[in-house]
Amino acid sequence: MSKPGISFALAAMLILGGCASERIVLLPSVDGQKSAVVVRDAAGEVLLDQPYAAIKRSMDANKTYQSSAQEVKERFAQALSAQPGRPLSYVLYFEAGGNVLTAESQAALANIRKEIAERPASEVMVIGHTDRVGSVDGNDKLSKKRAEGLLDLLIESGVPAAKLEAVGRGERDPLVPTDDEVDEPKNRRVEISVR
Amino acid sequence: MIKTHWAAVCALLLSFFCSSAYAGDSAGMIKVTKGQVSIERNGKKMPAEVGSPIEVADRVRTGADGSVGVTLRDNTLLSAGPNSLIVIEKFAFDNTTQDGNMSIRIRKGTLSVASGKIAKRTPESVDFHTPTSVLGVRGTEFVIEVAGGNDE
Repeated sequence: MSKPGISFALAAMLILGGCASERIVLLPSVDGQKSAVVVRDAAGEVLLDQPYAAIKRSMDANKTYQSSAQEVKERFAQALSAQPGRPLSYVLYFEAGGNVLTAESQAALANIRKEIAERPASEVMVIGHTDRVGSVDGNDKLSKKRAEGLLDLLIESGVPAAKLEAVGRGERDPLVPTDDEVDEPKNRRVEISVR
Repeated sequence: MIKTHWAAVCALLLSFFCSSAYAGDSAGMIKVTKGQVSIERNGKKMPAEVGSPIEVADRVRTGADGSVGVTLRDNTLLSAGPNSLIVIEKFAFDNTTQDGNMSIRIRKGTLSVASGKIAKRTPESVDFHTPTSVLGVRGTEFVIEVAGGNDE
């Protein structure tokens, strides 16, 4: 390629890339689980799979390096300090054969109401679960009904209805995995997720 | 021949109506704001406040003194620092099955991400776009910085 050709190609790259430079840093996961980010472009992909593994990209050149808590703080402090509160999840159990909460779950409900009241612009998902006795379809309905019962209870105790949503997860998400048609009390539960 | 034509048209229409994410669908809510933050929707700009809903196709913009935190419906946490522009290109989430997908674009500024339920269940249906790359996530927290990015 001739010299003017090269400088034209360079100029085109500069314009296309908008002189942008990018940096991506994988953070340690809060729950300590293994995690990773895959960064793909036309040239291929780079895997970041260790805490603070980082990549800096400019002019389509990739440079991987080890970042640090210090660098993340310097560059991302304001973004990180605007991170919303982590969603919290509570599980409530029922006395056998009815819609009455156990004593422990009654007490937990007070904490949940407090969390809903104190969290800015809180939203609440009430998620019903069943054991694996009965059909998938029937359990979807039953779990929804369980969730709606608890939703009513929350409304009665003063939580604004607009914050609440009831969902039936049926038998999809057992706390204790079992074979089909197994009667497992721990799986008959309602989860309240506050975000 | 005509029949296959109609079948194709029907399939197309069906895929259109079943398409999972539309502009205007609810995606999440603003939980934190500081300084100047706005939402751009259908070409209109409005101030963002704690409790403002975020919809598919919204653009969230922060000023030089601004930062913003959004919780998406699948519990993904997004937060942006000053001089940032974030676009919610796609978001769909079914509460019952927890199926969904999302595509978030950072045009400039800084973004921190703590991924949620969609990334946990179907990581392949979650991606983040920068001006020059696409990020796939594997149950993850990460930060992205785009310096000198495009303002639009």
